[in-house]
Amino acid sequence: MAWYAARRLLASVPVVLASTFVVFLMVTYSGDPLGDFKTQQLRQNNNPAIRADRIRGEQHFLRLDHPLLERYWLWIKGIVLHGDFGPSRHVPDIGAELGNRLLVTARLVTLAMLLAVVLALVVGVVSAVRRARVTDHLLTLVSVVFLSLPVFWFAVLLKDYLAVDLNTSLGRRLLFTMGESTPNLAGGFWTQLGDALGHLVLPTLVLALSVYPPWSRFQRTSMVEVLDSDYVRLARAKGLPRRRVLVHHALRTALIPLATVVAVDFAGLVGSTVITEQIFTWQGMGTMLLDGIKDRDVYVVLAWLLVVAVVVVVVNLISDLLYAVLDPRIRVG
Amino acid sequence: MAELVRAAQSAQSAPRRRAGRVALRRFFAHRPAVIGLVILLVLIFAAFVGRHLWRYDYGDFTGDYSDPPSAAHPFGTDSSGHDLFAQVLRGTARSIEIALFVAVVSTVIGALVGAVAGYYRGLADSGLMRVVDLVLTLPLYAIAALLGHQVGSGRSGWISIALVLALLLWAPIARVVRGVTLSLREQEFIEAARALGASDRWILFRHVLPNAGGTIIVNATVYVAVAILAETALSYVGFGIRSPDVSLGSLVAAAQAASATRRWLFYYPGLVLTVLVLSVNLVGDGLRVAFDPREDR
Amino acid sequence: MTAGPVLEIEDLEVRFPAAGRRRRRRKGGAGSGGAGSGGAGSGGAGSGGAGSIGADVTAVRGLDLTLDPGEVLGVVGESGSGKSTAALAVLGLLPRGAEVRGSIRYRGRELVGLRDRELTGIRGRRIAMVMQDPMTSLNPVHRIGAQIVEGLRAHDPSLSRAAARDRAVELLGIVGIPDPVGRAERYPHEFSGGMRQRVVIAMAVASDPDVLLADEPTTALDVTVQAQVLEALRRARLAAGAAMLLITHDLGVIAGQADRVLVMYAGRAVEVGTCEEVFARPRMPYTLGLLGSSPRLDASRPERLTPIAGSPPTAAGPLQGCPFAPRCPLARDRCRREEPALRSVAHGHRAACHFSEELTGRSAADVFPAGVA
Repeated sequence: MAWYAARRLLASVPVVLASTFVVFLMVTYSGDPLGDFKTQQLRQNNNPAIRADRIRGEQHFLRLDHPLLERYWLWIKGIVLHGDFGPSRHVPDIGAELGNRLLVTARLVTLAMLLAVVLALVVGVVSAVRRARVTDHLLTLVSVVFLSLPVFWFAVLLKDYLAVDLNTSLGRRLLFTMGESTPNLAGGFWTQLGDALGHLVLPTLVLALSVYPPWSRFQRTSMVEVLDSDYVRLARAKGLPRRRVLVHHALRTALIPLATVVAVDFAGLVGSTVITEQIFTWQGMGTMLLDGIKDRDVYVVLAWLLVVAVVVVVVNLISDLLYAVLDPRIRVG
Repeated sequence: MAELVRAAQSAQSAPRRRAGRVALRRFFAHRPAVIGLVILLVLIFAAFVGRHLWRYDYGDFTGDYSDPPSAAHPFGTDSSGHDLFAQVLRGTARSIEIALFVAVVSTVIGALVGAVAGYYRGLADSGLMRVVDLVLTLPLYAIAALLGHQVGSGRSGWISIALVLALLLWAPIARVVRGVTLSLREQEFIEAARALGASDRWILFRHVLPNAGGTIIVNATVYVAVAILAETALSYVGFGIRSPDVSLGSLVAAAQAASATRRWLFYYPGLVLTVLVLSVNLVGDGLRVAFDPREDR
Repeated sequence: MTAGPVLEIEDLEVRFPAAGRRRRRRKGGAGSGGAGSGGAGSGGAGSGGAGSIGADVTAVRGLDLTLDPGEVLGVVGESGSGKSTAALAVLGLLPRGAEVRGSIRYRGRELVGLRDRELTGIRGRRIAMVMQDPMTSLNPVHRIGAQIVEGLRAHDPSLSRAAARDRAVELLGIVGIPDPVGRAERYPHEFSGGMRQRVVIAMAVASDPDVLLADEPTTALDVTVQAQVLEALRRARLAAGAAMLLITHDLGVIAGQADRVLVMYAGRAVEVGTCEEVFARPRMPYTLGLLGSSPRLDASRPERLTPIAGSPPTAAGPLQGCPFAPRCPLARDRCRREEPALRSVAHGHRAACHFSEELTGRSAADVFPAGVA
C-alpha cells in the first residue's frame, strides 16, 4: 500500500510541474505585472530618467529581465532548494505566509467537508430508505435549493439573519461574522478554542450546505441500487435485523462510490472556499489569492496555484487509497 | 454494398428517434422538471424580450434615488437612480447568454475530445487525456479570476469571460464521454457497423455520440448552472462582469453595504439569481430522469 | 417428532400493481416499508387504474403446496411461472408494493401479514433461502467467514464469537470447501461461482433450519459444477435435517434430488405427486410436454423430442379457462371456458386437467405434434 502511494505521488509530479508551467505562461501573458507600478511612477515622478531607473529596478526585483524559461527555472529552483517562492512587494515571505494561511483555511475546509459528507450520508440514506415518500421529496427539494443558492448571497443572508438575530437574542456574541479569530484575545486554550469555533460556525455552514447536495443525490442513487441488490436481499433472508442490514451491508457498500465523488469535487470546493473567505474576511488562502490577483503579485498567485495543485493531487490519492480500503475487490495483489 | 451500409445504419438510427420521444414523454411526466422549465422560460422571456418592453433601461438615470419597491419601480432604485428591475433583467440576460455559450462550447469540445480519445485509444487517448488531466488540475474559480481580471471590462467583455469558463469546463465532460465511449465501443453493434464497412467518422457521429447523448445533455445542463454560479461569483468579487455592464453578481456586490438599510437592492438580484439556477437544476434533474429511468423514485 | 407438514401454502396470490398507481396504505398491521408482506384487504383489484402504465401483474394465482418434514419437493416450471415469486413470498422478501393474499403457514403459524420484525425471527433460523446467482448474492466487501458468523450470532445471541467461528468452519467443511479455516478469511471475489454457491448453502443451513428454499441454485452454474453444488446441497440439507423446496426448470435436477414434484404453470400448480408417479404417469399435458422436450439418456430407443409450441402466458391481465389451452393439443371448448381444478387422479397424485384420463399410457410423442428434429 505504501509503495502504491509513493508511486502515485511520483507519477503526479510531472503533471503538477506541467500544470505550473502552464500557469506560469498564463500569468505571464495575462498582463503586465508592472502595469500598476508604472502608472504609479508616472504620477509620483516627473523625471523620466529616475522613472526608468525605478522601473528597471522593479523589473530586476521581479526577475523580469530574464527570459521566460529561465524565470521558470529560477522559480522552481528557488522552491526546491531554498523554499523560496519568489519575490513580492506585498508579501515579504511568501512561503511563511502560505503556511499560515494554509492552516487557517485547512480548518475551515476540513470541517466543512466533514459536515458535508455527514449531511450527504444522512440525507442520501434517509431519502433512499424512504424512497418516493414525502420525506424523500422534501429532502430532495431542500437539497436542490441549497444547490442553487449562490454562495455569496447565502453567506450574507446567514450573516444577517442567523448570526445577528441569534447574537442579539442571546445577548452576547456567539457567532462571529468577520475574520477567523478575535484579534488580541486574552485567555487560555479553551477561550481561544471557543473563539475559533465561534468564528468557524458560519463559514463552515455556508460551505458545507453549498457543497453537499450533489453528494447526497449521488449517495441516494447508490443506496437505492444497493438496497435492491441480491446480497442485501440475502442478508434479510438470513434473518439479520433491519438496522444491521442497512448499515453493515447496504450502507457499507453504497459508501464506496462516494469516496471517489468527494475527491473529484474537492477541486470545485476550492472555488467556493475562496468566495466564502472573502465574505467572512478570513485571512486564509482564498483572500490571499484574490489580493494577489488584484495586486498583480505574480509570485503569490503562482505559489498559490502550486500549493493547491499539490493538495488536489494528495486528496485524489487519499480518495484512491480510501477506495481500496473500502472495496477489497480492487486491492492490488 | 453502400446501400447495405446505409440501410443498416438507418436501421440503427430509427430506434433512436423513438428513444428521443420516449425521453421527452418521461421528462414531461416529471412535475418538478416541468415547473422548472416553465420558470426558466418565463425568465428567459423576461430577460430577452421583456427587457426591451420595460420602460427603463438598465443604464438609465431615473432621478428617483434609493426608492424602495413601488409601482413605478417594482424592485426599487439604487443611489444613482438606476431602476433595479431593469438592471436585474439585464443581469439575468447576461448570465443566461454566458451560461449558454459556456455550456454549448465546452460540451462540444469536451464531447468530441472524449469520443475521439475513447474510440481510437492508444496514442491519441493518452495524449488527449494528459491534456485533460492538466486542465483538471487548474482550479476553475482561481484561473477564471486570474484571466477574468485582465479581460471582461466593457460591453463585449462577457465573451471573454465565457470563453475562459468554457476553456476550463470542457475537461470534465471529456473524461465522462471518454468513459462512455470506452464501454460503448466494446458493444456488438459497433463491431457490426464496422464489419459492414462504416467509416470511423460515421460510427463516431452516428453511433457513439448519440448513445452518449443522454449523458452529454444532462452534463451540459449541469454546466449551465455551474456557469451561471461561476460568472456571478466572479462578478461578485470584481473579476467578472464589471460596470458599465451589469451582472446579478455585481449587483449583489454593490448592494453589500446596503443590505441592512436598503434591503431590496440586496435581496432581489440574489432571489432572481437563485430562482434562475433553481429552474435550471430542476430541468437538469428532469432530463436526468428522462434519459435514465433508473434515476427515478 | 412433529406431525403435520412443516410448510403449507394455501391459495397464495401475489400481485404486483401497475406502475404509476399510488400504493394504498395497508390496513391492519402489515409490514413496515419494504417487506411487501401485505395483509389481506389491501385494495386494488383488477388491472391498472386510471393514470397507470401497464396492467397489474399477477405472478402467483392460487398456489397450493405442502411440505412435510425432511422431504424434498421439487417445484418445476418455466420462467414466469411464478415459482421464485412464491419462494420470496414465504419469507416476505417481495419488492415493495407487492400484494400478497392467501395463507402461508410454517408449522401452523401464519406468515402472511406478519410484520417485518416478526418475520426476521423466522428468516434464516427456521426457514432459509439459497438464491440463484452466486456472483451477486454475497456481499463483496465482507469476508465469507464473517458473513456466516453474523447469521449464526443473529439467530443465537448467546453464541460466542469463537464458537461461531468454529461452527462456520465446520459448515464450510460440510459443503466441501477445501481448507475451510484459511478460506473463511477470504473475500467472495476470490471464489469461483460454484464455490460461492456452496458458501451460500453453508450460510443457509448454519442454524439448522427446518425448511430450505432453494431458488434455482444451479441455474447460473456450469453443468460440471452443478453436480458438485447439488451434492453440497444434499449433504448440508441432511446435516440440518431440513425439508427443501427445490425450485428449478431442470427436470434432471428434480429427478436426482426430489421426493415429490410440483409442476407450476402460469402462477399455479398444475400437477403434484411423487417423482416416480409423475414422471412415469404424467396426467397433465404440460407435464407430458416438459418430459417429452428433455432428452433422456436412459431411453432405450432414441425418442423424438417434442417441444411445446408457443410460449407461456405473460402474468399480466386476467385469464379465462385453462392457461395452457392455447398450447395444448388436447384443448377443447371446455378448456377455454373453465379453468380445471387441481384434483386427485391417483393416490397422492393430483393434476389440473379436464381430460387427464386421456393421457393414460400415452407418450409425449403421441400427444404433441412433431417438433423440429
